[in-house]
Amino acid sequence: MNQAKHPSQLYAEFIKGIWKENPVFVAVLGMCPMLAVTNSAINGLAMGAATTFVLVCSSLLVSSLRKFIPKQVRITTYIIIIASFVTIVDYVLKAAFPGTHKDLGAFIQLIVVNCLILGRQEAFASRNTPIKALMDALGMSIGFTFALFCLGATREILGNGSIFDISLFGDNFEPWVIMILPPGGFLMLGMILLFFNWLQQRKQHKLQARAREVMS
Amino acid sequence: MTVQELTISAGKKEPSSFRLVATLGIAGMLSGIALAGVYEITKPIIEANNLRELKQAVLEVVPGGQTMQEVDLVNDAGEHKIIYAAYDDDGTFLGYAIEGATPGFADIIRLLYGYDHQRNLVIGMKVLESLETPGLGDKIIKDEAFVAQFSDLAIDPTPVVVKDGADADHEVDAITGATISTKAVVKAINQANEQWLEYLPETPPDPPAVEEPDSTIETVEEDD
Repeated sequence: MNQAKHPSQLYAEFIKGIWKENPVFVAVLGMCPMLAVTNSAINGLAMGAATTFVLVCSSLLVSSLRKFIPKQVRITTYIIIIASFVTIVDYVLKAAFPGTHKDLGAFIQLIVVNCLILGRQEAFASRNTPIKALMDALGMSIGFTFALFCLGATREILGNGSIFDISLFGDNFEPWVIMILPPGGFLMLGMILLFFNWLQQRKQHKLQARAREVMS
Repeated sequence: MTVQELTISAGKKEPSSFRLVATLGIAGMLSGIALAGVYEITKPIIEANNLRELKQAVLEVVPGGQTMQEVDLVNDAGEHKIIYAAYDDDGTFLGYAIEGATPGFADIIRLLYGYDHQRNLVIGMKVLESLETPGLGDKIIKDEAFVAQFSDLAIDPTPVVVKDGADADHEVDAITGATISTKAVVKAINQANEQWLEYLPETPPDPPAVEEPDSTIETVEEDD
C-alpha cells in the first residue's frame, strides 16, 4: 500500500471500489446478499444502503481505533463493531421502513457475515487513516450498491416486467419468472461476470496490440 | 509470567492476556450500551407500527370497519386465542377478524381473515407474513382477483381449492403455478374455523366504550 497524501490519491481510493476493484464484479465478494435479495431493484438498493451504512461506520471506527486494538483479537473486535452497526440498521429499518425490512427479512442480520465488510476492515481500514478508510468504504459501498441495483433491476425487468413496481410492458408481456427465482440470480450474475471479464480481456488485448505497435 | 515477558508486553510487542480480554470487554460493553440505546428509541416506534399494521389489516378484512377491539377466546382445552371484533362508525358490529397460519411453499403463511357470523361467510383475507416465491406464490398477496375470492366465501361446506374455475360459493380458484400456496391459504382459514368458530361469543361484544380516534385497543374478557 503506497502512502497516499494527495487529494488525488484519496480520490483514487474512492473510485477504485466503484469500477476497477468493484467488490462484486471484480473481487466477487458478498455473494450471499447479492444473490438473495436482488429480485427487485428496490430491494437491491435498500440492501446496498444498509450495507453502505454498516461498512462506512465500521471502517471509520476500525481505522480510528486501529492503534488500540491488539492484533490477536482484531477479528473478534471487528465482528463486534460490525454486528453492532448491523443491529442498529436492523432496528432503525424496522422502525422507519417496516415494509422494506419485511422484504429483506433475515438478510439484514446477515450483513454481519458479508465478507466484503470484514474484508475491507482487515485489508484496508485497519492499516490506513480514517479519512482514507472513509473514502475506501464509500467507494466500495457505492460499487456494491451499484452491482446490487444492476442485478436487481435486470431481474425485475425480465422476471416481473416492471421496475420499482412500475409495469413496463403491459399485459402482453409474459415475465420470465425464473429470473426472480434463485436460479435467475445465478444466471444473471454469471452473465454480468462474463460481461466484465470480456471487457477486461478486450482492454488487455488492446494494450498488447498497442505495445506491439510501439515495439515494431 | 516472567519479568522479561512482562517487559515485552509493556513494550506493546506481545500484549498481555489482560489487555486482550479488556479490549473485548470494553468493545462488548460499548456495543451493548449503544444497542440498548437504539433499542429504547426504536421500540415504541416499532410497536406503534405493528399495532397500526394490525389495525389496518383488521379493518381491511372486515369491509366498512372503523374501530376494533380484541376478543379473547378460550376453548375447552383452556387454550386462548385473540381475535378482533370490528365495528362501523355507529358502533354496529360487522364481523370478526381471525388470524390463521399454515406452512406454505416456503415458511409459515400468516394471514388474517374477516368472518361474518350472521351470513356464515369469509368476507376478506389479507396475508400478514409469507416468504412465498416472488412471481408465483406471492400472488396470494398481489393477485387482486385471487384475494377478491375471499370477499364472500361460503364456509359451509368447507372451502376447497379447484383448478378449473370456481363455480360454487365455497370454491377457490387456484393460482396457476402456485397451487401449494393457494391450498395453504385455504387450509389456514379452514383450520382456524374448525378450531375456533364454535367458541365465538353468542352475542358480539359491545363496541369499545370510549372512542379514541387513533389506535387504542381494549381487551374484553369473554366468560364462556
